[in-house]
Amino acid sequence: MFDIVSFIPRAVVQGIPLLLGSTGETLTEKSGNLNLGIPGIMYVGGISGVIGSFFYEAGKSAEEMNTALALLIPIACCLLGSLVMGLIYCFLTVTLRANQNVTGLALTTFGVGFGNFFGGSLIKLAGSELPSIILTNTSNIFRRRLPFAESTGVFGKLFLDYGFLAYIAVIIALAVSYMLNRTRMGLHLRAVGESPTTADAAGINVTRYKYMATCIGAMIAGLGGLYYVMDYASGMWSNNAFGDRGWLAIALVIFTVWRPNVGVLASFLFGGLYILHMYIPSGMNLAVKELYKMAPYVVTIVVLVLTSMRNKRENQPPASLGLPYFREER
Amino acid sequence: MNKKTKTPLFHVAKRGALRWYQAWAIRGAAILLALIVCGVVTSLVTGENPFAVYAAIWKGSFGTPRKMWVLLQNIAMLLCVSLAVTPAFRMRCWNLGGEGQALIGALASAACMILLPGKVPNWAILPCMLLCSLAAGAVWAGIPAFFKAKYNTNETLFTLMMNYVATQLVAYYCVVWESPKGSATIGIINSKTELGWFPVVGGQKYLLNILIVAALCVAMHVYLNYTKHGYEIAVVGESERTARYVGIKVERVVIRTMLLSGAICGLAGLLLVAGTNHTLTPTIVDGRGFTAVMVSWLAKFNPVWMIFTSFLLVFLGRGAGEIATKFGLNHSFGDILTGVILFFIIGSEFFINYQIKLTRGAGKEE
Amino acid sequence: MDNKIAAVTMRNITKRFGPVLANDRVWLNIYRGEILALLGENGSGKTTLMNMLSGIYFPDEGEIAIDGKPVVIRSPKDAFELGIGMIHQHFKLVDVLTAAENIVLGLPGKLDLRAAAKKIREICDAYGFDVDPDQKIYDMSVSQKQTVEIVKVLYRGADILILDEPTAVLTPQETDKLFAVLRNMRDAGKAVVIITHKMHEVESLSDRVAILRHGQFIGDMPTKSTNAQEMTNMMVGHPVVLNIERPEPEDPKPRIEVRDLTVRDIEGTLKLDHVSFTAYSGEILGIAGISGCGQKELLESIAGLQPVEAGSIEYIEDDGKREQLLGKDPLAIKEMGVALSFVPEDRLGMGLVANMDLGNNMMLRSYRSGKGVFTNRKAPYKLAHQMVDFLEIVTPSVETPVRRLSGGNVQKVLVGREIANAPSVLLTAYAVRGLDINSSYLIYDTINSQKMRGVAVLYVGEDLDVLLELCDRILVLCGGKVSGIVPGRGAKKRDVGLMMTKLGGNADE
Repeated sequence: MFDIVSFIPRAVVQGIPLLLGSTGETLTEKSGNLNLGIPGIMYVGGISGVIGSFFYEAGKSAEEMNTALALLIPIACCLLGSLVMGLIYCFLTVTLRANQNVTGLALTTFGVGFGNFFGGSLIKLAGSELPSIILTNTSNIFRRRLPFAESTGVFGKLFLDYGFLAYIAVIIALAVSYMLNRTRMGLHLRAVGESPTTADAAGINVTRYKYMATCIGAMIAGLGGLYYVMDYASGMWSNNAFGDRGWLAIALVIFTVWRPNVGVLASFLFGGLYILHMYIPSGMNLAVKELYKMAPYVVTIVVLVLTSMRNKRENQPPASLGLPYFREER
Repeated sequence: MNKKTKTPLFHVAKRGALRWYQAWAIRGAAILLALIVCGVVTSLVTGENPFAVYAAIWKGSFGTPRKMWVLLQNIAMLLCVSLAVTPAFRMRCWNLGGEGQALIGALASAACMILLPGKVPNWAILPCMLLCSLAAGAVWAGIPAFFKAKYNTNETLFTLMMNYVATQLVAYYCVVWESPKGSATIGIINSKTELGWFPVVGGQKYLLNILIVAALCVAMHVYLNYTKHGYEIAVVGESERTARYVGIKVERVVIRTMLLSGAICGLAGLLLVAGTNHTLTPTIVDGRGFTAVMVSWLAKFNPVWMIFTSFLLVFLGRGAGEIATKFGLNHSFGDILTGVILFFIIGSEFFINYQIKLTRGAGKEE
Repeated sequence: MDNKIAAVTMRNITKRFGPVLANDRVWLNIYRGEILALLGENGSGKTTLMNMLSGIYFPDEGEIAIDGKPVVIRSPKDAFELGIGMIHQHFKLVDVLTAAENIVLGLPGKLDLRAAAKKIREICDAYGFDVDPDQKIYDMSVSQKQTVEIVKVLYRGADILILDEPTAVLTPQETDKLFAVLRNMRDAGKAVVIITHKMHEVESLSDRVAILRHGQFIGDMPTKSTNAQEMTNMMVGHPVVLNIERPEPEDPKPRIEVRDLTVRDIEGTLKLDHVSFTAYSGEILGIAGISGCGQKELLESIAGLQPVEAGSIEYIEDDGKREQLLGKDPLAIKEMGVALSFVPEDRLGMGLVANMDLGNNMMLRSYRSGKGVFTNRKAPYKLAHQMVDFLEIVTPSVETPVRRLSGGNVQKVLVGREIANAPSVLLTAYAVRGLDINSSYLIYDTINSQKMRGVAVLYVGEDLDVLLELCDRILVLCGGKVSGIVPGRGAKKRDVGLMMTKLGGNADE
């Protein structure tokens, strides 16, 4: 039987990394930067957090660990790692005006390699005696549930039974959405993504906005990687386990037509589509499972085509997406 | 005035075209710089001296005849996908779907190998595979192209998504055709009859693939530079208005070129299945669809230079693999080095296209 | 009037673009409570002068004073701070944002669109605008967009407004509305400058008129004390003796017959309104008119590049056989056997591919020739070589990208390619714009030699002196309508100038 009460929380947990990734990418794309490096950035965000907490947790028992430090160290490392990735992307595409697609793909190659390399070699490099990277203690702190999750039955299971990063992800998405639509900074950012020439003429510092949006976007996306390892995977890093979630996050940006607030529910929907194959009735051909996994991408393509066919201006990608800006080429 | 006017210290300007050797000197310097950085990074991680690292890279590609053949085969496959995406890029149409198009081509070939024996004469199997893989790749690229031409749907995002649809489709058939049961993999297809396998030419398993890609490279060079189609692609890429002015039907050229691009990707899939792997897995293309974007771009969409850029990337990848083996590191180390080198080369393009002029009288303020 | 302090004083302003002297020691005063019309032909330096006031360009020489105090204007921001706002011909608006969002774009402080909307309504009420602050720009007509630009400038507190040919994109009704608003602004004590070359606008709107010619300040006077005749004379100057050859047409036959051609642009603005004429073989038909009066649409309609609303364009062969060109694209026209050549206004964006070399650009017209899939690369390069010799094109080689050639040489490449086709119809738009004297004469000679070959030439030009010396007949367009067709020989420059600004050219209409 299809158990909706167990399905929804699992869909949500699957959706959170996608939500963080797509919020970060939306913010980036609003500045006109199509950052195809997001999958790499999410890997780097995840592994940076792992590295940080690996060294903190090493040789400590659960009692010896300071809760605040156990949280702050991986988060700080994760943000730092993703920030560096964002800076590389900005330096190449904004300052050096390199092709965004190529830079993004190179960043993904680098980032995925970085994640898998340190995931596979951290123990050897650190000369540690542990058999594999399992950060159970740190993960337990990340996975602490809200106090009433157990006692409130179905309600608790649906709404309260998540680690704190999940709530932060939702808050970030709503905050970014508010920032984009209701603040001057958001207005300026949208203008930069739509028409850098106009923004420049209005006295907006195009370069600064592109850097800020892309770097902050990278850090948000990086948190998605961290959530995946620390919460979803219970602190266990295994290479390539993160899979194609980064690309799915980019798909989600299109699906939500560049709206992070829509992304909150859409990411849960995507999360649900992602695990739908686990819920196909037994007795059906197992191969069909693989077809179910196609669903998020097919749905995204349909949305992409429909929005371009309807040609409604609000639903189009930012007009300068993917193009470098050079003032003297007006 | 109450505000200070800041005069920037330097000024960036577009520069006139450099001579080709000047441009390549800049790229060469960037690669050299990147190799130094890579050497230093590797030394830091492994504690070996950098020269041992370079020696290992060299050995990884040229250490044994077998390694050289593998190197050549890998170059050929990467080059094949790069050649495929290039016509689209020349038209400024970002086909990031090489991965999926090649995968679908591979699927079509594998389908022929599995389903056709016994139904058609054995000699007809390879031609069927060729036809099906070309058609499958073309369809996979044709769908985004149609919507691009008709509704101006963003082809970058569309082709990107098509990759994963293809991956799952292949994953589906891997289960459908699984052998042995329950393994969810296909295993070597027709391992006894070798039906649908490329014949071994000159005693070397990979030679036929390499020859086909070499011929393709020449053909693509000719197509892009000496044919009417190639000329139309160039004009559409440079200026759609000029294209319309001389009566070129832009939509038709977009669709035609994407079909070609997809068909050649499909061919790459065929080479992988029939020429080397004799099996089908969802990861058979191994990210070449994405690497090809970089290969093509680094070579400025020139098929002949692409031989060099694909060599560079494969060489580094295998070299880094060798380092990883030698020093007991994870094989993903190669991706890190590749990434670093790409960053340098991508960055170096700036110095080819722009020059930095120091502002005279900098710092003067009102 | 001269006893009050000028809002803006420009003294001795000189601006060069490379070898071109765009402004040559110009003096200009702008007063509050007055509408100044800045009048001059295309290329007389009006826009350049005003761009220096709004911070787009920086003058090479000269001084600017605001209310008597010398100032330095380095950027549009500086200009805003001094209360100067300019409305450019090309609007700087973000399409997917609302009017209010565009208006507050770039300003500091907390975003309060409700307060902004209130202030916008106040401005609208004060001057009689009609702007919905919540309407998206892409939903707006051109005139609404222009209104948003004006409000944007006023919102920032500008009291010196400059409008660059604001009526070029407006219908007569919209123009009237704009003028009413501008008068309101004048009455509110603002200084208003309108750049124009339309005589009736000067007469109906301005208090004072200042005239530029070839980058030089010719004079200014109260509009009341002058008339269209005098202004036209000052604007175009005395006829220059050019000595362009004009052979008599030999055996002219009807070649292109245009009937009731009506064209609207994407915005829905009427660009051509029932235009009818016949072009003859062996004749140069000049097309005169102020810029944007439908010249571009006329040529592109004939060339098969412009969607047409109504009318007919027929090609008449020597034996009298007629072929309809309407609804055919350039390729279809070519396949009908009509050798039609077109030298468009946008040389590098339409006529040529900037990044390709000379040989490849020659190939644009000829690459389809020959059977098989391969292009014939020898012929175009041979043609390029011939052209370099014949038209004296200065280029390092025929393998040089055309974007690296100078303007004159770019035009020679384009014209050379178009006549190499042995055309029977040659359309040219601003064929000598930006060219030096020698290159210009080379182009005239080339066009004349085509005429002698029996080609029907349509020559869109902006320099009346040249049109009067080169063309056999001149068709004058005014606001998309045919204002009249006059013979080139014996036509008076003044009459043609008046026909350009008023339908039929009747001065006291």
